[in-house]
Amino acid sequence: MRPSLQRHRSVLDFALSSLLRRKGRNLALTAVYTLVVFVLASLVFFVQALKHEARELLEHAPDMVVQRMVAGRHDPMPASQVEAIREIRGVEEAEARIWGYYYDPVYGGNLTVMASQDPTLAPGSAWIGRGVARNMRVAEGDMVPLRGYDGLPILFTIQKVLAEDSELVAADLVVLAPTDVRALFNLPEGLATDLAVRAGNPRELATIASKIVEKFPDARPILKAEMLRTYEAAFDWRGGLMVVVLASAILSFIIFAWDKATGLSAEERKEIGILKSIGWESGDVLLLKFWEGAVVSLAAFLGGVLLAYGHVFFFSATLFEHALKGWSVLFPRFRLIPALDAYQITVLFFLTVLPYTAATLVPCWRAAMADPDSAMRS
Amino acid sequence: MIQHPGVLALLLASGLVTLLVVAAAGLGWQILRHWDQRSGTESQLALERRTYLVSALLSLALGVQVLSLFLFIFTADGLHSQFVGAMCAAGSLAAAPFGYTTLLMKVGTCLLAGAWIVLHRADIRAYDCPLIRPKFALLLGLAPLVLAETWFQTRYLTGLRADVMTSCCGSLFGQGREGIAAELAGLPPALVHPLFWGSLLAFALAGAWFLRTRRGPLVFAILGLAFFAAALVALVSVFGLYIYELPTHHCPFCLLHHEHGFVGYPLYATLLGGALAALGVGVLAPFRNRSSLASVLPAMQVRLAWTALACAAVFTLIVGIWALVSPLRL
Repeated sequence: MRPSLQRHRSVLDFALSSLLRRKGRNLALTAVYTLVVFVLASLVFFVQALKHEARELLEHAPDMVVQRMVAGRHDPMPASQVEAIREIRGVEEAEARIWGYYYDPVYGGNLTVMASQDPTLAPGSAWIGRGVARNMRVAEGDMVPLRGYDGLPILFTIQKVLAEDSELVAADLVVLAPTDVRALFNLPEGLATDLAVRAGNPRELATIASKIVEKFPDARPILKAEMLRTYEAAFDWRGGLMVVVLASAILSFIIFAWDKATGLSAEERKEIGILKSIGWESGDVLLLKFWEGAVVSLAAFLGGVLLAYGHVFFFSATLFEHALKGWSVLFPRFRLIPALDAYQITVLFFLTVLPYTAATLVPCWRAAMADPDSAMRS
Repeated sequence: MIQHPGVLALLLASGLVTLLVVAAAGLGWQILRHWDQRSGTESQLALERRTYLVSALLSLALGVQVLSLFLFIFTADGLHSQFVGAMCAAGSLAAAPFGYTTLLMKVGTCLLAGAWIVLHRADIRAYDCPLIRPKFALLLGLAPLVLAETWFQTRYLTGLRADVMTSCCGSLFGQGREGIAAELAGLPPALVHPLFWGSLLAFALAGAWFLRTRRGPLVFAILGLAFFAAALVALVSVFGLYIYELPTHHCPFCLLHHEHGFVGYPLYATLLGGALAALGVGVLAPFRNRSSLASVLPAMQVRLAWTALACAAVFTLIVGIWALVSPLRL
């Protein structure tokens, strides 16, 4: 082995035994360090996984949604506009959608009610999401009453509970036949909630959108890319906000680490004195301190990242989900798909190991520079 | 400002690096003024101890600086989806003032900090610290640059607004546009090929001569830096096209994407590492005649020269193989 490598190995060996000699103190430091990494890593992983999830979900969303604005608010639009939009060059498919929100006073949840043209969905029947089924404690074949616009209940037979893998999108979903949705919301025939447009070439979307606005000045086209951008910005913003809130925790940890590194015990002082008197140079002691710090940092970083991985991807980030996902009674239950890359690990490294190393640098230097004579005397 | 964890990490890192470098420069100033190798006074002893602190501070700062260069590019790349029209880091960097200035400053400070570390490593090998003055003079030059970089980066990151209309890489590096980047990208292969292969040949010959005779380290360093600059130009104007398999795409950042096998990372790492090593050979050249360094410097220079040549070889191999297997023919 090369002598320089051998030197590092020997110093690392000594650093490990020195850390083990002061087990209690170093374990406390590593535990707090791990906790800080764990909290931040959970946050970063969770935000990344949600962004990934949103991207996957919007993959199947229509390229563009066209809404009608009346007095600055979203209003039902004439379904006849579908034909005019379909005629625009570049539009592959346009479809009128009927949907709305329904507040369930008994269970206190907001449901998304949507119409489906699926021929297997008979009038009077409903398909419901898993969240709805859980909340109302109903299963296939049961009847659920929904209160119509006039206050009278309408009964629906549950034909199907939607599959588990669609839970993130469909937890609060109730799918009905178009006539039922119109009856529930008193939506006149010929009106639709909005229009979904697909383009053959996504690059033509901007042009198609401007042509739609030209034809119908009260229309508001929303592109899929815009939705995606908004989701990403919202999740990034929430994640960043949490990091800022957690800054106080990081700062307290830095002060704690600084304090631990500064307050050398008499025994440690003596040890450094003896090392220097038997021939260790200041550079060697500094290297020893570096390796001690590296071992603690590495252990805490790996431990924190692994714990956070388990927390986010096996336990769905129980500690943060309400702050980051949003507020709702009908929370979808889902396991996030692991989405990890080197970038997030680097960001975490910058947010935790870097401040720790910077904070302990000067105290380590002070310890390494101690005079052997005075160190042993103290 | 966009509150992205990456943006916050970059701001934190640049704040810390500034703190470390300014503290080191303050200590360096004291050392420059009061250093007296022959003195055995208490204050001289204290100064000698401080050199350890300065080197520890700067080693950490340099490590962070190199990592933050890549983090900066990656964060800019990750943010592109929030700007209309941006398709990679090229658009994000143009989305607010000082994006490209920050990138250039980061590369510059990385190279200078690398030169400092080379000087420092040579200095601590000698018993009488012969390079203490040039080393700390360089540090005093480095500190304002790091400060300026931190300021530019903070201005850039705080100036970013989501949903700003910006340009995509196709229009920034496209042919027929104005600006240095577009000019470089628009260079024809007939000019770039002789430039790249010629500078590689000159660099290799200078390397062989230096390794054989230990002469001409400055020529080697200058030719080395010229080669790595030419390699960057060639990568943007010609070799990138083979990788993208598109005759019009000249973006230097899309190379970092997974659809191109992350090939940008080894390419940029060899460019930066090779330039650093070549610069190191040149930086050490004026001090070869110091008696206490006579036994140390040549060996260090030879190691650095081999590193620079190896980086050039790896770079050439990667782009060469890509140009051969690419279905695109220019």
